[in-house]
Amino acid sequence: MSGVPARRSMLSGDRVNRIHWIPGTDQLRAVCHCSAERDFEDPVQLWEWLLSHPDGHDTPPPTVRDVAPSSDRRQEVTIP
Amino acid sequence: MIGIPRDQWYVAAYSSEIGQELFSRTICSEPILFWRTRSGQVTAVSDRCVHRRFPLSQSPSRLVDDQVVCGYHGFTYGPDGKCTAVPGQTRIPRTARLQPYPLVEQDSLVWVFIGDPAKADAASIPRAPYLDSPGYTTVAGMEPLKARFSLLVDNLLDLSHETYLHGGYIGTPEVAATPITTEVDEDAGVVHVSRHMDDAECPPFYAKSTGLQGRISRWQDIEYTPPCLYKLHSRIAPVGSVPNPDGSDPDAFHVEVVYAITPETEHSTHDFWAVARDFALDDQEVSDFLAENNRTVVLQDVTALEILERVVATEPEGYQELSINIDTGGLAARRMLKRIGAQQQSVPARS
Ligand code: FES
Ligand SMILES: [Fe+2]
Repeated sequence: MSGVPARRSMLSGDRVNRIHWIPGTDQLRAVCHCSAERDFEDPVQLWEWLLSHPDGHDTPPPTVRDVAPSSDRRQEVTIP
Repeated sequence: MIGIPRDQWYVAAYSSEIGQELFSRTICSEPILFWRTRSGQVTAVSDRCVHRRFPLSQSPSRLVDDQVVCGYHGFTYGPDGKCTAVPGQTRIPRTARLQPYPLVEQDSLVWVFIGDPAKADAASIPRAPYLDSPGYTTVAGMEPLKARFSLLVDNLLDLSHETYLHGGYIGTPEVAATPITTEVDEDAGVVHVSRHMDDAECPPFYAKSTGLQGRISRWQDIEYTPPCLYKLHSRIAPVGSVPNPDGSDPDAFHVEVVYAITPETEHSTHDFWAVARDFALDDQEVSDFLAENNRTVVLQDVTALEILERVVATEPEGYQELSINIDTGGLAARRMLKRIGAQQQSVPARS
């Protein structure tokens, strides 16, 4: 079988934010409802970016990773 | 800490729990008295007598012809909470009324609205139609949880814990290892977390109930409508089987796992769970097996979350955590809970 499409979507509202865990990687891809996209390694930074819409959402998807590749050192976060 | 959102609908009970006798349950720190009138309506009013606050659910308080008579000095109230008689005098004080709660009974659940009754919109209550649909057979229960409701939200939004906490029941290695897709609909107030395992070990929970042998396709689609209703659409099928383009799905087994996450107090929760299936509808053995196993799984969570509650309750606000990819859905749910918490007028929590 063809396998499940990595970019499937379930909800269909006008203001849906999507986050895909990119198969075979540790990366998360955030897709804002404005269709801006960006890849992250840290879900907390990812949510900060999504919620800052429209700030920083008009730039094309970056080609470099947003977080330095030394990814074993994950960031500690505080429950807001 | 995420406070209890007010101006929200919460599941207070299963329909089957409320008959023509007094029933009490604390919802969001408010003690509420329920009973079913002779015409079949469920009523919900404050479980504290306006006179000296004796609990109306406590003997010798009693129900007489759809009126509750306080067991202490005899104040008597109708199903709408209005006082109809007081002892020794004919004048009934105008303010003698038990606070009534907006109430909706649907899908075999009793929902009450906690907050400003003027904001209660019954149409906004999320649905779980399979719980009383003839096409499904449902087993259900409720476990008291001595932990804040947000810990149960975290738990249910991240099913990767099945692999560790529920190994041998519903957990297999693939659950923790399979990437998820998370979607948040801000307008509709829905968090959706989807994990599709296309070639996975079949855990005993599904092997014994469906009879499927060997490896399976296992889809988990979570639909959480904060704060209360959580639905896990679970699809179990032979490897390679997918639903037809018209939506029919004859080769698959569907299990709708429903939780209602209802705060009892700031530090305790009513953990309602139900498992509805669209196969083996009349097979009592399957019902008994699913009920027993799901309850075991729920109690594994209860044990872990009660330990966690004792830990976080003693730590200062703003304790350190570390979030990784599996937490994406849980973070989305927390954020939405905080958003609906911020919308409401903040009312000091009673305890
Ligand atoms: S406390 Fe109920 S009648 Fe006095
Ligand atoms: Fe669990």
